Amino acid sequence: MAVVGGVLVLAGGASAATPNAADLESELVCPVCETTLDQSNAPIAQRMKAFIRARIAAGDGEQEIKDALVAQFGTEVLAEPPGGGFGLLAWLLPLGALVGGALVIAVLIRTWSRRRPPPGPPDDRLDPQLERLVDDELARFDA
Amino acid sequence: MASRARLVAQGVAIGLVVLLFLLLAWSLLHDEGGDLAKRANRGDRPSAPDFTLERLDGPGSLTLSSLRGKAVVLNVWASWCIPCKEEAPYLEQLWRSQRAKGLVVLGLDAKDFREDARRFASRFDLTFPLVYDGPGDAIGDYGVTGFPETFVLDRDGRVVQAFAGAVNGEDERIRLRSAVESAVSS
Repeated sequence: MAVVGGVLVLAGGASAATPNAADLESELVCPVCETTLDQSNAPIAQRMKAFIRARIAAGDGEQEIKDALVAQFGTEVLAEPPGGGFGLLAWLLPLGALVGGALVIAVLIRTWSRRRPPPGPPDDRLDPQLERLVDDELARFDA
Repeated sequence: MASRARLVAQGVAIGLVVLLFLLLAWSLLHDEGGDLAKRANRGDRPSAPDFTLERLDGPGSLTLSSLRGKAVVLNVWASWCIPCKEEAPYLEQLWRSQRAKGLVVLGLDAKDFREDARRFASRFDLTFPLVYDGPGDAIGDYGVTGFPETFVLDRDGRVVQAFAGAVNGEDERIRLRSAVESAVSS
C-alpha cells in the first residue's frame, strides 16, 4: 500500500514538474493577434509554440518557460495578469465593479419594492389650532 | 430615508456614466498614434513620440531624441515578417548611400525574439542601428498596426512621411526617397 502511495506521489510530482505544451499555449498570448497561442496561427505564435516545445524538451519547468517569454514580450504575454503590483488591479477592479453593482441593484430593489400607502380620501379635517383661529376670526367678524 | 437611498443610487449611476464618458474621452484624446501617420501624410509634421529602447546591435540603449539634428528613417520590423525580408536590403543600401548626408536608418524590431532578430540582421548584413521593443510598447504610440511600417523624421524629430506596409514597390521607393530628401534638407 505504501509502495503504491509512493508511486502515485512520484507520478503526481513528475506530471506537475513536466509542463504540458497545450496547457501553456492556452495560458500565453500571441503578441500580434492578442489571442491565446492555441487559438492563433500567426507566424510569431507558431514560433512561440516551437520555443515552448524546445524548452520543455530541454527540461524547463512551466514557470521558467513563462519567465523566458515575459523577458522577451513583457507581462502582456500572460493570459492571466500577474497577481501582484499593477496586475493586481486587473483582478480587483472587476471584483469591485461586481460588488458595487450588486450594492446599487440591492438599494434600487429595496427602494422600488417598498409599498406606497394606498391613496385614501383627502383628510378634510382642519388642524385644531387653525380651526380655533378661524372660529375666533369668525366670532370677531360676527361681533 | 427611502428617497435618500434612491438619491444615492441615482448619484452612483450618474457617477458611473460620467466616469465611462471620461474614460472614452481620455482614450480618444490619447489615441494620437492612430492618426500620426495620417497627420504626417497630410503635411502636418507631428512630433515623433520619443522612446528609449535597448539596442540589439550592441550593449546599452538608444533614445530617439538623441538623434536630433539628423534625419531618421525609423523602420518597424520583425524577423517573422515576410515583406521585411525584401525591404531590409533596400534600407541598408539607403543607409549606406545617405548616412554621409546626415541620415540615420533606425531599425525597431518589435514583438519578436531577440535571437531571431539578431539572426535576421546578420543574414541581411544590416549595419544600421537596431533597437528592440519586444512587448511593442513604443510602437503603440506610432499607431503601428502591421509590419513593416516606416516613418521618415526630419532633423527636428517631426514625422515627414509614414509608410504602412513594405517600401518594396517602385512608387513607394520614389516616395521614400523624396521624403528622405525633404528630411535631410530640413
